[in-house]
Amino acid sequence: MARVADLREAVAELVHDGDSVALEGFTHLIPTAAAHEIIRQERKDLTLIRMTPDLIYDQMIGMGCAKKLVFSWGGNPGVGSLHRFRDAVENEWPAPLEIEEHSHAGMANRYVAGASNLPFAVLRGYVGTDLPKVTQTIAPIRCPFTGEELMAVPALNPDVSVIHAQQADSRGNVAIWGISGIQKEAVLSARRAIATVEEVVEELEPHSFQIVLPAVVIDAIAVEPMGAHPSYADGYYQRDNGFYEAWDPIGRDRETFRSWMEEHVLGTENFGEYLRSVRGEGMVTK
Amino acid sequence: MTTDGETGRAAASYTTDEMMTVAASRELADGAVCFVGIGLPSEAANLARATHAPGCVLIYESGTVGAKPDVLPLSIGDGVLAEHADSVVSVPEIFNYWLQAGRVDVGFLGAAQVDRFGNINTTVVGPYESPKVRLPGAGGAPEIAASAKEVIIMLRQKPRAFVEELSFVTSVGHGTGGNSREELGYPGAGPTVLITDLGVLRPDPETKELTLVALHPGATAEQAREATGWNLRVADEMTTTDPPTEKELRVLRDLRARTREAKEK
Repeated sequence: MARVADLREAVAELVHDGDSVALEGFTHLIPTAAAHEIIRQERKDLTLIRMTPDLIYDQMIGMGCAKKLVFSWGGNPGVGSLHRFRDAVENEWPAPLEIEEHSHAGMANRYVAGASNLPFAVLRGYVGTDLPKVTQTIAPIRCPFTGEELMAVPALNPDVSVIHAQQADSRGNVAIWGISGIQKEAVLSARRAIATVEEVVEELEPHSFQIVLPAVVIDAIAVEPMGAHPSYADGYYQRDNGFYEAWDPIGRDRETFRSWMEEHVLGTENFGEYLRSVRGEGMVTK
Repeated sequence: MTTDGETGRAAASYTTDEMMTVAASRELADGAVCFVGIGLPSEAANLARATHAPGCVLIYESGTVGAKPDVLPLSIGDGVLAEHADSVVSVPEIFNYWLQAGRVDVGFLGAAQVDRFGNINTTVVGPYESPKVRLPGAGGAPEIAASAKEVIIMLRQKPRAFVEELSFVTSVGHGTGGNSREELGYPGAGPTVLITDLGVLRPDPETKELTLVALHPGATAEQAREATGWNLRVADEMTTTDPPTEKELRVLRDLRARTREAKEK
């Protein structure tokens, strides 16, 4: 049952070295504050799972938190490459990174199977592509009713899933509205779940395209205003496109990256302090 | 393409990129349900929606159905896509209930590399185990290429993008040609057109090899051959693309200006 906790305590208790961890968010509501806290606590050997690894996984990979990445699209949206991700795959820096890659449809269905407590999901896809040659978790399967040849992908059941949401209510129910991506399935497929939220309100109000994750499926809620920055939170703040562009030259160079992370992430106590630190450099434009 | 009065006249000057976007936008029929990739495809699809195809239903893989962005999204899940959408659904729904279920008429894709049969690579350049360039990966493209009733590809024509052999097949076009795509069991027709900054390529009805069938004004077949890494087939009867009309160009430039402005805000 969800309890409101300090993010530091929640990560210390629920995210362990060697865990498989899914920090989800499809452009919207990316859990940056939680990713930074995992980096501050120097978690190691994580299997990072995410459909769209972007800046936060670039940072976690570059800081040596990951041994493996399970994903379907790894880029800086609208800007270009994730240079820390590329450096890990192309040059094994700072450490070799095992990769397991799928398509979005494959990843989405893997989460659905995990949330449904089924061993695998089926879909029509992957046939004729090179993905089954390099990814062991894609295998053909025949429909027992029609004989159609389909592809099977195994369930994803992360040790812990982390999401960022707009609100929680006083009983611990968590509300997301706008683009909700894969967060519901990420939470329901996970053994443990952490939600950071913009704020806790007495009662949730209706919003367009809202989903509510009941308190029983969340272990810890931490209040982290702006916790999705540079991503956005519908109703709170816009996507900070300038930050995504500013990240490109920082992520491109190992030294620049390392000193930026040391100054702004490792050198700060929490996300609020981090935001003040990057604002001081004019990096937060919203 | 209907033209209206003076803005139906051919524009006096435009860039090759503008010509490419306009040519691609004309391929999208009014009322079509279109699954849109980010970047060039998104620009062309929104130009179509703002000109001849106001009734097209734009779907983005973040789960927005009937998106009506007034500026171009920088990412696939920008707030502007959800704001005026007919519906916003989860990611499993968009891929399972919409794409796989056969509700998408047109898939609109970009690529890093394409081969002569319209197969697409967005995964790696060089060997998979030790890539020269690690690209972002598959995203939604394999299933869009599989299940959309037809696929439009947009890509600037260059030898390193139009390659003899793909380093990696991320998304299947016409496979190894002929009826190899059908044999893979894919429901959709695959790529029906590839729009470049030089011209238009369509698959040969029999061999399915992409053939240059039209050149944009000013481009030559020789240029197109030089920009292609395989021995490019050229149709016997080549047509010339109509240049952008004043209206198409104005709408496109307005869209770009609004997008720039919103970004700088």
